[in-house]
Amino acid sequence: MEPFFNFSVITDNFTYFMIGRFPHGPLGGVGLTLYLAVVSCVLSFFGGLILGLLSISRFPAVRYPALAFINLVRGMPLLMVIFWMYFLMPALFGKVAENDTVIMALTLFTSAYMSRIVVAGIEGIPKGQTEAALSTGLTSWQVMLYIVLPQGLRNMIPSFVNQFVSLIKDTSLAFIVGVSELTHVATQINNRTMAFPTEIFVFIALIYFILCYAFTSLSRWLEGRLSWSKAF
Amino acid sequence: MLNYTFDWSIITSGKYFDWLLSGLLMTLKLSALSIVLAFLLGLLIAVMRMSHNRPVRWIAHAYLEFFRNTPLLVQIFFWYFGSYKILPTVINDWLNETGFEFAAAAIALTIYTSAFIAEDIRSGVLSIPKEQMEAARSAGFSYLRSMQYIILPQAIRITIPPLVNQFLNLAKNSSLAMTIGVMEMTYQARQVESYTFKGFEAFTAATVVYLVLSIVITSLVNLYNEKVLNVHKAA
Repeated sequence: MEPFFNFSVITDNFTYFMIGRFPHGPLGGVGLTLYLAVVSCVLSFFGGLILGLLSISRFPAVRYPALAFINLVRGMPLLMVIFWMYFLMPALFGKVAENDTVIMALTLFTSAYMSRIVVAGIEGIPKGQTEAALSTGLTSWQVMLYIVLPQGLRNMIPSFVNQFVSLIKDTSLAFIVGVSELTHVATQINNRTMAFPTEIFVFIALIYFILCYAFTSLSRWLEGRLSWSKAF
Repeated sequence: MLNYTFDWSIITSGKYFDWLLSGLLMTLKLSALSIVLAFLLGLLIAVMRMSHNRPVRWIAHAYLEFFRNTPLLVQIFFWYFGSYKILPTVINDWLNETGFEFAAAAIALTIYTSAFIAEDIRSGVLSIPKEQMEAARSAGFSYLRSMQYIILPQAIRITIPPLVNQFLNLAKNSSLAMTIGVMEMTYQARQVESYTFKGFEAFTAATVVYLVLSIVITSLVNLYNEKVLNVHKAA
């Protein structure tokens, strides 16, 4: 009798699960998942910082468009954002690689969420700091850049790590436009072998879990490490 | 710029309008069913998570960590493609007759969301002063009865806003059900796009639907916060 679970499908395709056809072909699998997550995370850090600062600007003409954009994106499912990008990017820029389309969609989506973290971080810095800095003659931009942000960003680190965890999970949606990250690789192998869906999906769930859990734990540890700064 | 002729009439009437409308109804049906089940399951997990029995607490903890740290899409695929091996034959037969796509999506959404709801309920419970539990226990209530009559009724009241937000997340997450062929909002928008090549109009329609849903729900939460919980947003 055949064994109930057959994990040979995992061991046979292990390299493919991990890095796709790399180095002889494009990167795929876990490698591509991490690549998408890291690149989108770095880009959305800056995107979120800019959007966050715009959304608390003194000028309504700057503030309201930024808030409208943030709420628009936060009201949409990520899948919808991916379809929009998939549809709009070629219309605007001609041919765009699928990887870049997905990075663009993930960046827009995550920036909107990051901007809220940035605002919360800035608002967490006591008003007295801003007032003291202004009274020493710094301009409001210098106050933000040299006084508020350096302290605020430090408190935001755990939330940023949590966003990165969300990003790792969100990259699985890249599957829908044919980007060969981990979930896509899994469905590919599942379609080819037909017989081991349970093994395959449990395996990739575990991989995602290990990646995400590691970063979730890091974020909790950082939160503990950084919490002394809330003492003031 | 874009060389594109807009034709909004295709989505405001006729066949394609009906498709989009049926998509919206499917999204609402899937989300409504899943949120009710997820709330009940989340409540159970939250109570287990706070239990004094170590194995029970540990099981709930593992459940929370596992389902919160794996992508919803993978969970949907697992239930759709991979669950037949671990489910009893009776259930498999029943599912195959009743349309497995919807059931798989509902199961995945329920379990995924229940993990988040359990944490919301737990923080609601933790915000109730500890003395309430102590008083209830010394009055002779068991742990479960104290939860049922004293703690949870108060905790749920505070937990309603995050729960409603979870409903909103669930409605957005239900778009992933299209990947296994559930004909919900995003599926229908995609469908209209591929039949008419009018992607701009179709995606706009779906986006507007999601936005209206989120604006309505967010306003309701703000109203509840103000009128019932007397929390006012800091200016």
